[in-house]
Amino acid sequence: MPADKGGNGAQSGIGAAVRRKEDFRFITGAGRYTDDITLPGQSYAYFLRSPYAHAQIAAIDIAAAEASPGVVAVFTGKDVAADGLGGLICGWMIHSKDGSEMRTGAHPVLALDRVRYVGDHVAVVIAESLAEAKAGAELIDVDYEEYDAVVGVEAALAENAPQLHDEVPGNLCFAWELGDKAATEAAFDRAARRVTLTFANNRLIPNAMEPRAAIGDYDRGTGDYTLYTTSQNPHVARLVLSAFVGVAPEHKLRVIAPDVGGGFGSKIFIYAEETVCVWAAAKLRRPVKWTAERNESFLSDAHGRDHVSHAELALDADGRMLGLRVHTRANLGAYLSTFASSVPTYLYGTLLSGQYDIPAIYVEVDGVFTHTAPVDAYRGAGRPEATYLVERIVETAARELDMDPVEFRRRNFIREFPHQTPVIMNYDIGDYDASLNEACRLVDYAGFADRRAASEARGRKRGIGFSAYIEACGIAPSQAVGSLGAGVGLWESAEVRVNPTGSVEVLTGSHSHGQGHETTFAQLVSDQLGIPIENVEVVHGDTDKVQFGMGTYGSRSGAVGMSAIQLALDKVIAKGRRIAAHLLEAGEEDITFDGGSFQVAGTDRAVPFADLALQAYTGHGFPTNEIEPGLKESAFYDPVNFTFPAGCHIAEVEIDPETGVTHIENFVAVDDFGTIINPMIVAGQVHGGVAQGIGQAMLENCAYDPESGQLLSGSFMDYCMPRADDLPEFVVGMTETPCTTNPLGIKGCGEAGAIGAPAAIVNAVTDALGIRDIAMPVTPERVWRAINS
Amino acid sequence: MAKFHVTATVNGEEVEYLCDPQQTMLDVLRDELNLTGTKEGCSSGDCGACSVILDGRLVCSCLALGAELDGAKIETIEGMAEGDELHPLQQKFLEEAALQCGFCTPGFLVAAKNLLERNPDPTETEVRYWLAGNLCRCTGYDKIIRSVLDVAAEMRGS
Repeated sequence: MPADKGGNGAQSGIGAAVRRKEDFRFITGAGRYTDDITLPGQSYAYFLRSPYAHAQIAAIDIAAAEASPGVVAVFTGKDVAADGLGGLICGWMIHSKDGSEMRTGAHPVLALDRVRYVGDHVAVVIAESLAEAKAGAELIDVDYEEYDAVVGVEAALAENAPQLHDEVPGNLCFAWELGDKAATEAAFDRAARRVTLTFANNRLIPNAMEPRAAIGDYDRGTGDYTLYTTSQNPHVARLVLSAFVGVAPEHKLRVIAPDVGGGFGSKIFIYAEETVCVWAAAKLRRPVKWTAERNESFLSDAHGRDHVSHAELALDADGRMLGLRVHTRANLGAYLSTFASSVPTYLYGTLLSGQYDIPAIYVEVDGVFTHTAPVDAYRGAGRPEATYLVERIVETAARELDMDPVEFRRRNFIREFPHQTPVIMNYDIGDYDASLNEACRLVDYAGFADRRAASEARGRKRGIGFSAYIEACGIAPSQAVGSLGAGVGLWESAEVRVNPTGSVEVLTGSHSHGQGHETTFAQLVSDQLGIPIENVEVVHGDTDKVQFGMGTYGSRSGAVGMSAIQLALDKVIAKGRRIAAHLLEAGEEDITFDGGSFQVAGTDRAVPFADLALQAYTGHGFPTNEIEPGLKESAFYDPVNFTFPAGCHIAEVEIDPETGVTHIENFVAVDDFGTIINPMIVAGQVHGGVAQGIGQAMLENCAYDPESGQLLSGSFMDYCMPRADDLPEFVVGMTETPCTTNPLGIKGCGEAGAIGAPAAIVNAVTDALGIRDIAMPVTPERVWRAINS
Repeated sequence: MAKFHVTATVNGEEVEYLCDPQQTMLDVLRDELNLTGTKEGCSSGDCGACSVILDGRLVCSCLALGAELDGAKIETIEGMAEGDELHPLQQKFLEEAALQCGFCTPGFLVAAKNLLERNPDPTETEVRYWLAGNLCRCTGYDKIIRSVLDVAAEMRGS
């Protein structure tokens, strides 16, 4: 084989920097993403979207569009309703502090009589070509009656604010609380010092490089539906589309998520577009394809963050934390997206203890509807907002106490595990001193004063900022999350199929859209079965191949998905030992499995794994009335607890006071992800997460016009994505305390960068400028104004 | 509307195609020539996912029209490896995992190849500025920049 198609043979086990098996197809242009697929007879869908943030649809006239050349069909919300389809759903029930259920209005697939954000779906035109679909859409005559709109949480909660949904008085979806209010008040009563901070967590647009896409297909002979789509969780999509939206029966609907070009949360959700594609394909008896144009991604992908928070920290005279009190208003957008309600509540409030021993915490969160795109999970999902709040107020407290921020953190770190926080979480293990110390070493904290002096001598302002973050991954166990309102279980499935030749297919319910599962999962199998990694194929992303799975988000695939594979592998090895006992004429208890071979302990009698696999399928060498032939095992793994990755990020910046430009001089990320399967892949996950965190802190901001509700940051020219010249080289370090609650000790690494980085940057900038706070993104303009105000 | 008949050289092979006036070079590559390695990320020339080399120049194929390409010489990701032999940039991206979801990767490889053809000894700053026209949401660019600098050094040495 002239080209290296991945896989390192011998060095392929756990902990090895194995080359990614998936990369050969990507670097040669042979990846197969949804938009790369063309089905025979395919038609093209184009969605007519609302140009208004809030309007009544008095009438829609589609006659001219239907008569337009090449147009196959035009559908509106009435057609969807006439077919009895349900609306899009939110899968997490939140209860307000008075015990009432969250309030929400219907979320129709296509608008019925009202549009609630710019980009809301009004109609779909399906034509022989995309150009003809667009031309047809221009001929649709919609009679809109425009109403006032609200885009911010404060405005939406104001008296007489325009109302989003009749079912939601005052636009308040929920008023949620967590923690012991009385105990927290008592802590504040006896505090020697209080620190307060009010700030926003800026709204972001995920912008995976591959726009969302879908192809619906229908086989009139069998009645089978197929949906190709850019999904992080195809089985969940199938479940929602069948059980709730009612597009097709679950067993007749196949959802395929082929190569997917990044997700970051935005491809978890079940959107109108894929729903329409599969529904319309059956109506029209031909494939219907839709691919988002980038402006549609900006308008209609679920956005992230968008909190306004007031935080108060109570301290004793020695600088020990006594209590934390938080009131957050979370913008949910116009409709509740698939998991929207969980993000600013259970994925946020539960992380407010950070790495610190805080005896009392009380948090209130108001979930608010506005005339903006729905807001849901985006890389980190609630945990970046929690870390930003905790680490900003901790840094501020250290400064107000005139204490070194490192010393202040050390004084308050949790050091005994397991540790029960006042906000549900039970941290199983961690070593926060280790990551802080390593980060300080890598950034040369001791030398910072000299570097700052050198900067000052050149007329520059230098600052350093810390962020000692914690996150929770592998959300679980299912029973617990169910009691908190989740509509689904959060286990993962795996199936290990051993072929007669000894090669292995691993079927996983996790989905890879950049994470490298085809490699890391194969490494685990190679390691455990002692077979070359080239002999392992990881299968995912197709509901016809994998029975069920919960998909990939929340950094869960290593901790939960690989644990399921491990359980299935254990079963394969156990059955192998039973078969080997017959083949080697020994007691099962005397059979060991090591290095790819079953052997009788203490002897040279052995059967290699591949030979045993063949024997398992011939059934010649063992009694098949006692042991079934074949070698295939499956497992469903439900974690007993979350995992708690944690670490310390340090940013060192230099600011040019003339221009307000902030330059990142150093960025150090030290993370404790527990067991590492592939350090090369993990470093990449850290880099990408940090880039998104720096993007939030310095560049990215989703802005709506407060009067008209128009999206102002609707293109790459207006929404500032981090580019190669914006970012530094990253310094990545690792510490390791393996997770105690799953079989492999994995904690998860996918979101840490986006969680840790923003506070480190803003702490560094405020340190450099000697100011208390500055809003994200810290653009040159904001920095310049802060210097010159 | 009448279609345009175009003859061009793509990855060293002469191709003929018919295209509509509004079809972009990207549309033609993907839909008419089935070269789907070149991706559409924005259709406005802001993300570089559709980068190809047109008569020696790095361009966004979403900003050129298919009808304009009569007699043009176009290089895409599909022509980067020579048979099964990867280009050194492809090989380095593979070794260093300088990609994740892979969607922007063809554009980066094409852009980086064009950089090294013009400037075999770029500084890190020059690499970062040259590749600033290509967006990646997964990698934070770190490994991409490292890989391009390493390949530049290796190619100069060989």
